Amino acid sequence: MSKKIKLNDEDYPTTGHVWDGIREYDKPMPRWWLYTFYLCIVFSIGYMIAYPAIPLLNGATPGLLKYSTRGEVQQHIDKVNAQNAEIEAKLLATPLESIGADVDLARFATAGGGAVFLTYCAQCHGAGAQGAKGYPNLQDDQWLWGGDLEAIATTIRHGIRNDTDEDTRFSQMPKFGEILESEEINSLANYVLKVSNQEHDASLAATGNALFADNCAACHGETATGDREQGAPDLTDAIWLYGGDLETITQTITNSRFGVMPAWQGRITDAQIKQVTFYVHQLGGGE
Amino acid sequence: MTTQQTEPPKLFEAGEPVFPQRVSGWFRRLKWWLMGFTLSIYYITPWIRWDRGANLPDQAVLIDLANARFYFFWIEIWPHEFYFVVGLLIMAGIGLFLFTSALGRVWCGYACPQTVWTDLFILVERWVEGDRNERIRLLRAKWSFRKARLRLTKWFLWLLIGIATGGAWVFYFADAPTLLRDLMTGQAAFIAYGTIAVMTATTFIFGGFLREQVCTYMCPWPRIQAAMMDEYSLTVAYRDWRGEPRGKLGKTEGDCIDCMACVNVCPQGIDIRDGQQVGCITCALCIDACDNMMEKIGRPRGLIDYCAISDEPLERAGNPPKSIWSHIMRLRNFIYFGLWSLIGVGLVVALFIRSDLGATVKPDRNPRFVTLSDGTIRNAYDLKLSNQTGEARVFHISIKTEDSLRVDLEGTDELNVSVPANGSIHQRVYIFAKPEYAAANANTSPVRFWVDERDSDVRTYVDTVFAGKGK
Repeated sequence: MSKKIKLNDEDYPTTGHVWDGIREYDKPMPRWWLYTFYLCIVFSIGYMIAYPAIPLLNGATPGLLKYSTRGEVQQHIDKVNAQNAEIEAKLLATPLESIGADVDLARFATAGGGAVFLTYCAQCHGAGAQGAKGYPNLQDDQWLWGGDLEAIATTIRHGIRNDTDEDTRFSQMPKFGEILESEEINSLANYVLKVSNQEHDASLAATGNALFADNCAACHGETATGDREQGAPDLTDAIWLYGGDLETITQTITNSRFGVMPAWQGRITDAQIKQVTFYVHQLGGGE
Repeated sequence: MTTQQTEPPKLFEAGEPVFPQRVSGWFRRLKWWLMGFTLSIYYITPWIRWDRGANLPDQAVLIDLANARFYFFWIEIWPHEFYFVVGLLIMAGIGLFLFTSALGRVWCGYACPQTVWTDLFILVERWVEGDRNERIRLLRAKWSFRKARLRLTKWFLWLLIGIATGGAWVFYFADAPTLLRDLMTGQAAFIAYGTIAVMTATTFIFGGFLREQVCTYMCPWPRIQAAMMDEYSLTVAYRDWRGEPRGKLGKTEGDCIDCMACVNVCPQGIDIRDGQQVGCITCALCIDACDNMMEKIGRPRGLIDYCAISDEPLERAGNPPKSIWSHIMRLRNFIYFGLWSLIGVGLVVALFIRSDLGATVKPDRNPRFVTLSDGTIRNAYDLKLSNQTGEARVFHISIKTEDSLRVDLEGTDELNVSVPANGSIHQRVYIFAKPEYAAANANTSPVRFWVDERDSDVRTYVDTVFAGKGK
């Protein structure tokens, strides 16, 4: 081979940068590096033509491929929907009671229902369905309007006291503040404390007993255990929608309560209603 | 000292083509064997079969990305056991420290895929185009039918090797015989063809054209190694106190007859007589070349040899060369080896004590507890059971608590759960504490879930807490 002409390091120019006596050489790049660099420039031209690149006033040039990240997300969603089309059809064809028997269907309903719940229901009922004051806890074993699959589905479809839906569940407690004297209400409240095994004034409760039979038993029942046909709560158990202390009970009797839930039929799909029904049912309180 | 800049600098500096000459000797033989060994491992491994039963793949080494499983003979790694892979990677790292500290750039010289494949490509090149002098003549020759034929043959053979390299790679990620059939019939996934194409291109370019430039310019390892080596690390070095002054045979005092054999065989295109340098991958072929020459002229071997910088002053003073073992057996290397084996032993122990039944429990935290109509406090848990065997198994769930709390499973009246083969399930579990129990009123109280296999004595437990009203 020909004799290599070796340059001494001293023969190379420097960039002029000096730090602590160390100078930076201005040595040429290797050929492959330079060509890779040129290749990147060529690539970037093609990239600018194919993909969104040049910013304009209202967005950017779309590029030949019409690519957008939103479009990509939509593609993913469409793909997942297409993948789920079969099992979703199966879900729609399966009666609510039979979903649990099919492991795949149950998993699909639980996962989908969980997502629906977090999107539409969690605002009031809480992310864990634990409820809040005025919003029922869906995990416990007491239901105002029934806790089997059909009852839950009906509640979700038509809502509660929702005047936009003819089939909504409806009941209304009178404002006893306009009907009874405050002493009578106090007696009633003490009677409610008694039937729920809480501390109470025995003599007031005795008076309240008669008042209860006259004013409340029609809906809440002779034994105060409630009536699901009318959404009347069981007053004897440990679960309170608004609170079980004397003050809150007095408030409830005086002003009544009027909790409203939207109707979801038409706002979410039938499959989603079925999913979220199954999801709520399997949280621990389902009947 | 900057030179006066009179003309603009060149945009690039062309790589000098390197034409390594054929050499024979001890190190060359060792490298042939290592090449055969490493390439065999790479190409053959995906084709080894390993029976794991009907439900699992029968490929001995398989990275099943779709199902998130890694199979290695009798070992099956699930994603949550990734620490085994991490451990192996740390061992590989410390192993490189150890080998660098003890033997210098032995990885670069013998085992690096870039070195092995380049060696293979040079072998093909020499077989097609002839040895060093013929190849240089061919480079300088004008294009002719012969030159085109030789070049095309060489490139074709390189391309075949490249395809085989990329092909073998994808077999690690899918059942090899099935994938091969699919590849041949055009039914394989696009990603398989794409991977093979990329691997083929990189093998072809890196092994055929870039070669030593990969080591010198692209690879970070030489820089890291420069920091890892010390004056006791072994390197390939030229004993200039013996060789200099160099000159024609019989006309000089030194042993070096300036025959250029060491330079001609060097795949990196460097002159080892310039001293230790970043381009040297310590492949030791110059040792073979020089030893052959020394034998011919009747001088002792070892003018170029493995030695450490610390030996230089001693040898200059006339002492005999120190043995290689004295450089390997030193404290630093023992510490590396100790760390390396510690992790290795830890991994092996972990491998033997790991269970094929996994249980984790996640208490519901939103809400922490639910009050039922009779005042009972109920907690809900997400119990995850993993069955790492090829058979479906049934497990019995029970709990151990201070009060005798009741346990219940969602969706079933029994306390048995079935977990499919090689899979895992989530089971929602409830625990009930009557209002008068301590657990119902405490902030938290301990709970132990026991998971017993129905048909065997395999059992495991997982600890969690029961959340009460916490007055």
